[in-house]
Amino acid sequence: MSHIKVKIKEKDLNTIKEICKSFNNEPRELINVLHKTQEHFGYLPAEIQEVVAQELNIPVAKVYGVVTFYSFFTMLPKGKHPISICTGTACYVRGAENVLQEFKRQLGIEVGETTEDGEFSLSCLRCVGACGLAPVVLVGDKTYGRVAPDGVKAILDEYKK
Amino acid sequence: MEKVKLTIDDKQIEVEKGTTIYKAAKQLGIDIPVLCYMNLDDLGIENKPGGCRICVVEVEGRKNLAPSCSTEATEGMVIHTHTMRVINARRTVLEFILSDHPKDCLTCAKSGNCELQDLAIKLGIREIPGQEYAEMSEYKVDFSPSLIRDLDKCIMCRRCEMMCNEFQTVGAISAFNRGFKAAVGPAFEMDIEHSPCTYCGQCVAVCPTGALTEKDHTRDVINALADPSKTVVVQTAPAIRAALGEEFGLEPGTRVTGEMVSALRRLGFDYVFDTDFAADLTIMEEGTELLDRLTKHLNGDKDVKLPILTSCCPAWVSFFEHNFPEMKDIPSSARSPQQMFGSIAKTYFADKIEVKREDLVVVSIMPCLAKKYEAQRDEFKVDGNPDVDFSISTRELAHLIKEANLDLKTLPKEEFDNPLGESTGAGVIFGATGGVIEAATRTAYELHTGKKIENIDFKQLRGLEGIRKATVDFDGTPINIGIAHGLGNARKLLEDIEAGKSEFHAIEIMACPGGCIGGGGQPSHHGDSSILKARMKAIYEEDADKTIRKSHENPYIIKLYEEFLGKPMSEKAHHLLHTCYFDKRSKVEIS
Repeated sequence: MSHIKVKIKEKDLNTIKEICKSFNNEPRELINVLHKTQEHFGYLPAEIQEVVAQELNIPVAKVYGVVTFYSFFTMLPKGKHPISICTGTACYVRGAENVLQEFKRQLGIEVGETTEDGEFSLSCLRCVGACGLAPVVLVGDKTYGRVAPDGVKAILDEYKK
Repeated sequence: MEKVKLTIDDKQIEVEKGTTIYKAAKQLGIDIPVLCYMNLDDLGIENKPGGCRICVVEVEGRKNLAPSCSTEATEGMVIHTHTMRVINARRTVLEFILSDHPKDCLTCAKSGNCELQDLAIKLGIREIPGQEYAEMSEYKVDFSPSLIRDLDKCIMCRRCEMMCNEFQTVGAISAFNRGFKAAVGPAFEMDIEHSPCTYCGQCVAVCPTGALTEKDHTRDVINALADPSKTVVVQTAPAIRAALGEEFGLEPGTRVTGEMVSALRRLGFDYVFDTDFAADLTIMEEGTELLDRLTKHLNGDKDVKLPILTSCCPAWVSFFEHNFPEMKDIPSSARSPQQMFGSIAKTYFADKIEVKREDLVVVSIMPCLAKKYEAQRDEFKVDGNPDVDFSISTRELAHLIKEANLDLKTLPKEEFDNPLGESTGAGVIFGATGGVIEAATRTAYELHTGKKIENIDFKQLRGLEGIRKATVDFDGTPINIGIAHGLGNARKLLEDIEAGKSEFHAIEIMACPGGCIGGGGQPSHHGDSSILKARMKAIYEEDADKTIRKSHENPYIIKLYEEFLGKPMSEKAHHLLHTCYFDKRSKVEIS
């Protein structure tokens, strides 16, 4: 039985410790701690989960269970420009699926993945409250409405260097 | 206590408020099928996530069917457990579960002992509609020194998760992912070998399917027995004789010591020995260590480590190595009986019969899966040759006996071989929670006081309560003894020691419910705790029947010290019978 050794930068370790401390290292606050941690690091890789588990004194298997249960949490780093495609009912019936397929084709990645150059990542979400503009795509904080598959290239070009 | 009256299948019953429909039905002799539900009342272990929906019943006036395992009976309820609607729903649920379950029952290790299979038989499932369209989940099989995880067979009852987290507080496994992809396993889906798993095997003990099984060594044993160049000796742990009979249709609690010896001889083992002998040896070493620390303490030595903790249970050893490594000098350094036996067999006994170490194969029959892991630990090898070559479970032994066309029930009762087969009642009770410390007390008392014990049965140390405390009067010196079974209970006692609040001089810890009788390698109890009680009773009966009941009076132990070891804790004894522990806590390092 070999034990796990996790390597992490001191600055990052202290950040996680501070976040846990701000919730009194309370195991019941796991989801809130993970929210804050993901907000800071952008994602929740294994080493971060290991530290959170130790700080809250809970098994890391539990932390992993929560991270994999809620689709909001991700273990993969988000791209510089995170792309979210709304697949809520209104967007879906107006062709969001085709838009999604076009993004996947052009970027060469699946939902939940990030391009190798770290520029773009792809995710789906359910309803941003702009159903009148369906189908809706978000890149970072910017919203694009009535997106059609042939408009995908123009959106990506805006962010390409 | 407030009572409620209800009607189940036209029969009336009055039960205590808070009773579930399932339990109320049970009192009426109505056996509602369950799958995820499990209840070991006497140990306070209950799993009722209400997730599988096999136990649904119809409640008049209620729109949806109710899961009987987790729905409270209320006043005036009228319940039907086998209407057309209920039967159809139950079958549909089972068909869905089976649609995502491998159909390799013929070769599955759990076949014949599988609760899912039993349920398919009970409900008369003959085909699985829509099977050709059904998606099957796929996980790689995870092999470890003790257990095998085949998550394709996991039905998400989460009993293993409950045992690992709530009862044992080990936290090696947890449910991950959601929906179709959900399963139970270690963090990051790594192999169990890299998790804090202690190999206690309680997950295997409660798994209703073939998702969790033991690493099987029966083929290795058969090969060794068939090899004319090998001398094969076997040792059997105390808890085996109290449970093996169950695999042959005998009542739980039937003692089959003599028949087991007979079966082992017919299987072809050259020498049939008893781990109980090594248990007596453990008492000599551990008891001496206890007295040594106690005497120093009584003489005012402030540095002496007390309480002393027992070290016979390999899952418990792993537990403190992972969770309390800073206290690793508190447990006794004595090896477990399995390892003491292996060490003595491959030195003292091998010399006696003039067989080379590498030509002697030591097989142990254990109620335990952690023993498989323990046997392959590096500390217990000499030039790569392990002291114990193969450790097999009670279940594996039953398979070997059946495969050799032997009917345990009709075999004659035979005696163990000597010199490593003679044991005392003290060695026998190692199999039940409280037994090791009772055995140690019998010897330590007499060695410390120089007087004979009047009443040898320390009943205050026995029972099934998770944590027990007792004070034994050592002729004017009160000795405080603690006992815990289940690692969650052990954790509480350890946290007290850590906080400097522990009042105990000695603590016995066993990882499994009831001690070794409830080990992960025993015949499945399928959630019936009366089986554990029956095994415990058998262990104490075996002790009471023995002529010699104190380890230090075992004539072959006395001879072993005279001829070979010198005295307890001698240099030779240290080398062969003691060990050290390691820090296995996960570490965070700065990069």
